[in-house]
Amino acid sequence: MKKIALGLTAVALSLAATTSQAGQVEVLHWWTSGGEAAAIDVLKQEMKEQGDTWKDFAVAGGGGESAMTVLKSRAIAGNPPSAAQIKGPTIQEWGDLGFLENIDDVAKAGHWDQLLPPVVSKIMKYDGHYVAVPVNVHRVNWLWANPEVFRKAGASIPTTWDQFFVAADKIKKAGYIPLAHGGQAWQDATLFEAIALSEGTDFYKAAFVDLKDDALKGPKMVDALTKFKKMRQYVDPGFSGRDWNVATSMVINGKAAMQIMGDWAKGEFTAAGKRPGIDYVCLPAPGTSGQFTFNIDSLAMFKVSGKDTQKAQRDLARLVMEPKFQEVFNLKKGSIPVRLGMPRDKFDACADSSMDAFNAASATGDLVPSMAHGMAVNSMIQGAMFDVITNFFNSDSMTPKQAADKLARSVKAASM
Amino acid sequence: MNTNTPHSGSKSARPSGFSLTDWMPKIVLAPTMVIAIVCIYGYMIWTAVLSFTNSRMLPSYKFVGWEQYERLFNNDRWMVALTNLGIFGSLFILICLFLGVMLAIFLDQKIRAEGVIRTIYLYPMAISFIVTGTAWKWLLNPTNGIQKLMIDMGFVNFKFDWLINPHMVVYCLVIAAVWQASGFVMALFLAGLRGVDGDLIKAAHLDGASTFTTYRRIILPSLKPVFFSALVILAHIAIKSFDLVQALTNGGPGYASDLPANFMYTYTFSRSQIGMGSASAMVMLGCILAILVPYLYSELRGERSEK
Repeated sequence: MKKIALGLTAVALSLAATTSQAGQVEVLHWWTSGGEAAAIDVLKQEMKEQGDTWKDFAVAGGGGESAMTVLKSRAIAGNPPSAAQIKGPTIQEWGDLGFLENIDDVAKAGHWDQLLPPVVSKIMKYDGHYVAVPVNVHRVNWLWANPEVFRKAGASIPTTWDQFFVAADKIKKAGYIPLAHGGQAWQDATLFEAIALSEGTDFYKAAFVDLKDDALKGPKMVDALTKFKKMRQYVDPGFSGRDWNVATSMVINGKAAMQIMGDWAKGEFTAAGKRPGIDYVCLPAPGTSGQFTFNIDSLAMFKVSGKDTQKAQRDLARLVMEPKFQEVFNLKKGSIPVRLGMPRDKFDACADSSMDAFNAASATGDLVPSMAHGMAVNSMIQGAMFDVITNFFNSDSMTPKQAADKLARSVKAASM
Repeated sequence: MNTNTPHSGSKSARPSGFSLTDWMPKIVLAPTMVIAIVCIYGYMIWTAVLSFTNSRMLPSYKFVGWEQYERLFNNDRWMVALTNLGIFGSLFILICLFLGVMLAIFLDQKIRAEGVIRTIYLYPMAISFIVTGTAWKWLLNPTNGIQKLMIDMGFVNFKFDWLINPHMVVYCLVIAAVWQASGFVMALFLAGLRGVDGDLIKAAHLDGASTFTTYRRIILPSLKPVFFSALVILAHIAIKSFDLVQALTNGGPGYASDLPANFMYTYTFSRSQIGMGSASAMVMLGCILAILVPYLYSELRGERSEK
């Protein structure tokens, strides 16, 4: 009984404490792994300097699935956090439900419209108003290669898919695994979307953003699927269910030659003490050198009450877009800043070339959202695509044409 | 707790006019009852309601009739999951029952060190399906498991790659699940065998029945209730299997090893399709009821006829 009373007092005290404090911001996120947690600590520190308090609401696990479940229950209960790590079209879904806060004033004061490429700012807006702030940019269409393996196999690092197949055959003959890959739906999709992107930006947009039926089952899709299926012979038999970082370590320790993976793979190389350009090479995925598939993390702002809380929320939105946070956070996370025109002397060669590509692609219109990472379509359509792609990759009877038809059909069924 | 209630109850009950002794059990049980009614049956009904709505990311109450069920049964992945459940469920139950009965009979032969052997067979049940799944994932993985071991031992052409073969992967689930649960079935039957009247067996032997006939004609038929309990327990383990798939194959390759529970989780929580997820949950509930209702019916009828 005494314990309960004590517990109650503690709760009451903490409640009293929260109400008396000025400007608290509660942030739901799943940046919980080493580098990510260090990156988000930067933001906590900056908020403290503004006189606001940061209430951490980290929910680890499941690539954000667990966090989303918690967020839904909090939102239904009428008590959402100030900000939550939500990305891509999911922002629109929350906007539709009327949960998100208009932060146009912050965006205007910070000139976000000038700083962000239009494709990116479109994602951050609901109904023409900013409701979310972008944190970082990951480039997904990267090829990670171990030059040592290439040297031993007498192959050269490919820049087109045709070269890729030539090199992969040589590497296989030399007794190495050409492609390090993990048989998980999102990894299959990451590989596939890189191949699809090499069929042209217009095709990619038509198929994965606008969901045009003729693009989804057209000849280019069939061609992309054919190449994708060919990859099956370049992965080792143990690929099933393998995590991406295990696949990356195969490239690091010279068992495999290449991996197609987003720039978060760099963290694994860095942690293993490898230097870019010497121990490993980062190149755009074959045939996609001028193109850029982005995966952007963002914080969506929820409607909250109380003047102080709202002020803290706006401080948060402003700070996230400021150069200082963008630099420190992205250095720690391995991604690149979302603002254009940042100083980049502290970033490494891979990040540097990523920033070049980001600038160039946003000017030419070759900047496209990643389907595999939930930036292009909502979770239902993405799931339907995943099902077809991963099933086709593992099937021994489905033809590329059948797969393309099935893709078009499933997307139609899912968008109903 | 129950042991003190009569004593303390009778002391305080008399002055207040009604017998606390009579009320105590009900009061003690009330919270459990409320929790059971709300958290089990209440949410079951809520899920049923949601399965008739167009709920996506959050629950909504726009009713659309049987549309979610129609979409569900037009969904390839769901049909794969259901087929897998059929294969997995029937093989798992049959093999577990067979192995369990055989192990129990062998252990019942008054062998030495029975306690040790029994513990060894029963131990897998103490491990969670996550651990079982992970361990079998390593064993069945062709590059570092059994296949590699056999190749290293000199059988160069040995091939055992069910884990990455979409047609065979469901049998990997069966292997792991059988490994885990057959010891438990053995324990159930062993308890049953120990309960069989020794005189019955002696009488059969006097009549000249062989050991095999004795088991087949006399002992096993008398274990019918044990058989039913094992069947019901195994069936619901099969239908609710989720963690095993999650750890062993994560539904892969592709979605070839999905079971309904994994489908339900994926659609409800990661694909924002609460309506369709609820519909699949209701189908799973239907499967369990299809097994439970006849069982309960026969149990209750049995009790009545005994009276």
